[in-house]
Amino acid sequence: MIEVHDLTKRYGDKTAVDGLAFTVKPGIVTGFLGPNGSGKSTTMRMILGLDRPTSGTATVNGRPYAEHPDPMFQAGALLDAKAVHTGRTAYHHLLALAATTGIPKSRVDEVIDIVGLHEVARKRVGGFSLGMGQRLGIASALLGDPEVVILDEPTNGLDPEGVLWIRNLMRDLAAQGRTVFVSSHLMSEMALTAEHLIVIGKGRLIADVSVSGFIESASNESVRVRSPHANALHDLISGPGTTVLSIDRGLFEVTGLSAEEIGDRAAGAGIPVHELTVIRPSLEEAFMELTKDAVEYQSATIGATR
Amino acid sequence: MTTAIAALPRKRVSLPRVLKSEWIKFWSVRSTLITLGIAVLLLIGFGLLASSLYGDGSDPGGPPGNEPTDPISASFTGTNFAVLAFGALGVLFTAGEYSTGMIRSSMAAVPKRLPVLWAKAAVFAAVVFVVALAASAVVFTVGQSLIDGGASWSDPGVARAVVGTAGLLTGSGLLGVGLGALMRSTPGAITTLFGVMFLLAMVAALLVPESWSDVVQYLPSEAGDAFTAVTQQEDALSPLAGLTVFSGYIAATLGAAAWRIKRSDV
Ligand SMILES: Nc1ncnc2c1ncn2[C@@H]1O[C@H](COP(=O)(O)OP(=O)(O)OP(=O)(O)O)[C@@H](O)[C@H]1O
Ligand SMILES: [Mg+2]
Repeated sequence: MIEVHDLTKRYGDKTAVDGLAFTVKPGIVTGFLGPNGSGKSTTMRMILGLDRPTSGTATVNGRPYAEHPDPMFQAGALLDAKAVHTGRTAYHHLLALAATTGIPKSRVDEVIDIVGLHEVARKRVGGFSLGMGQRLGIASALLGDPEVVILDEPTNGLDPEGVLWIRNLMRDLAAQGRTVFVSSHLMSEMALTAEHLIVIGKGRLIADVSVSGFIESASNESVRVRSPHANALHDLISGPGTTVLSIDRGLFEVTGLSAEEIGDRAAGAGIPVHELTVIRPSLEEAFMELTKDAVEYQSATIGATR
Repeated sequence: MTTAIAALPRKRVSLPRVLKSEWIKFWSVRSTLITLGIAVLLLIGFGLLASSLYGDGSDPGGPPGNEPTDPISASFTGTNFAVLAFGALGVLFTAGEYSTGMIRSSMAAVPKRLPVLWAKAAVFAAVVFVVALAASAVVFTVGQSLIDGGASWSDPGVARAVVGTAGLLTGSGLLGVGLGALMRSTPGAITTLFGVMFLLAMVAALLVPESWSDVVQYLPSEAGDAFTAVTQQEDALSPLAGLTVFSGYIAATLGAAAWRIKRSDV
């Protein structure tokens, strides 16, 4: 269980995290979503006691992480940047971390096998690919077999096989009753793995919803209708609760009425309909819609005149 | 996929365990071992070279303007170079964790933070003192055997010079450990160490007025000389006072590092 209360972090006059409050529950995978620079990594570092909050608190299993006598058994984390000495082998990196809290060598070998680094465990980390580095980070997160697992963009740099592996790993960890908190930029990725979502933008909480709730609210669908008798059809379907947006001659987009309803009414009035398409925004579009006011580093669309 | 929670006994973080972790870290980075080897080679190599030149009766070895005047200091000609090398070793041990990002893993494992610094300093001091003591005993014994009428271990001040040299090298390394953790930058900390151990005394000699010359003896390099020299210079601190002052610098640097580690973000 992770609990965050009124958490704020300022770097000079830059507010990276701004009054965040949320709870991450055990037994499920919770996705932590937000655009670049929205404060996800900063929040995770504060949960782990690496960055000191400007104000507010973050607790892991009821206490600030640093106040646990056995921190590695409470929480394990994969942080965003490589947090490994490049001159050391993967094995010795894990062995040194394990030693701080009396984790035996056998567990080091175990986590190396779990993440599939057996072949390269005795090689220096400096030569590792991005994906191998991620796997090593995950191995160190799992060392203490912790109750809380925090992963900052774990799929970063992983191949499709690796992505699938991570997805299953997170689900398994949650199924064992652990708290799994994972950050990502990709709504679609989270829709596949997470049960709950915490969405932030510019350091502030935007949404704290279940994935199914988010998908429901996001499926704000509309229907595209094309007909040679546009005017007659327009009169037929406009009314309170529906918006009809004229797009082109004989083409409009209707929200507030289902495709079935529109088709039935047209058929009843004998109006021919040439197209009737349900338009559902993708999760990614819904996510962008949700965070559009909170995007810090917006890309300019070159040559766009809209 | 993952193994059962029950399989792993939960133990606490403790200083002995953090010491073990730092011990593993020390011996598992190749550049550390290479630097340690270079430091030993500098001490022994220059010492033996200068001893054999001194023994020849030809030009005494050593840096120009600083030629050895007695057989014992001939054997310890390499000390200044070794001071820098051991200092750099200390810097690498701490600043290297910051430059690679390793420090975040270390501090996440030991979120109280300070045990990491204390364990680093202790492991470093123990390893380096043993290595430096062996090297300085070797360079003295072999060096003197190259010199006709060389000193022996029973001569006054010899044992102190040998042990003192090991202490100076360990202390310089600890200054490096502290500066590395304080500045979090390898080049920055090495430059500072060089400045403190060498430039400061030179600058002071040029700039400090005569009436202030008492102050010079308290500089780290002069305090270090005070407890490594066989024959005491005038206007130098006593060996014990020198050791105390030098230890004071180490304590102050490590203290400042501890303050920064505790206070700021990792
Ligand atoms: N140590 C620091 N010093 C100064 N500013 C910082 C520091 N760490 C983060 N920031 C700033 O805080 C903001 C939040 O950064 P953070 O890395 O937490 O975002 P993020 O959500 O993880 O982004 P991304 O998706 O790109 O990983 C950014 O504007 C960043 O520039
Ligand atoms: Mg990030």
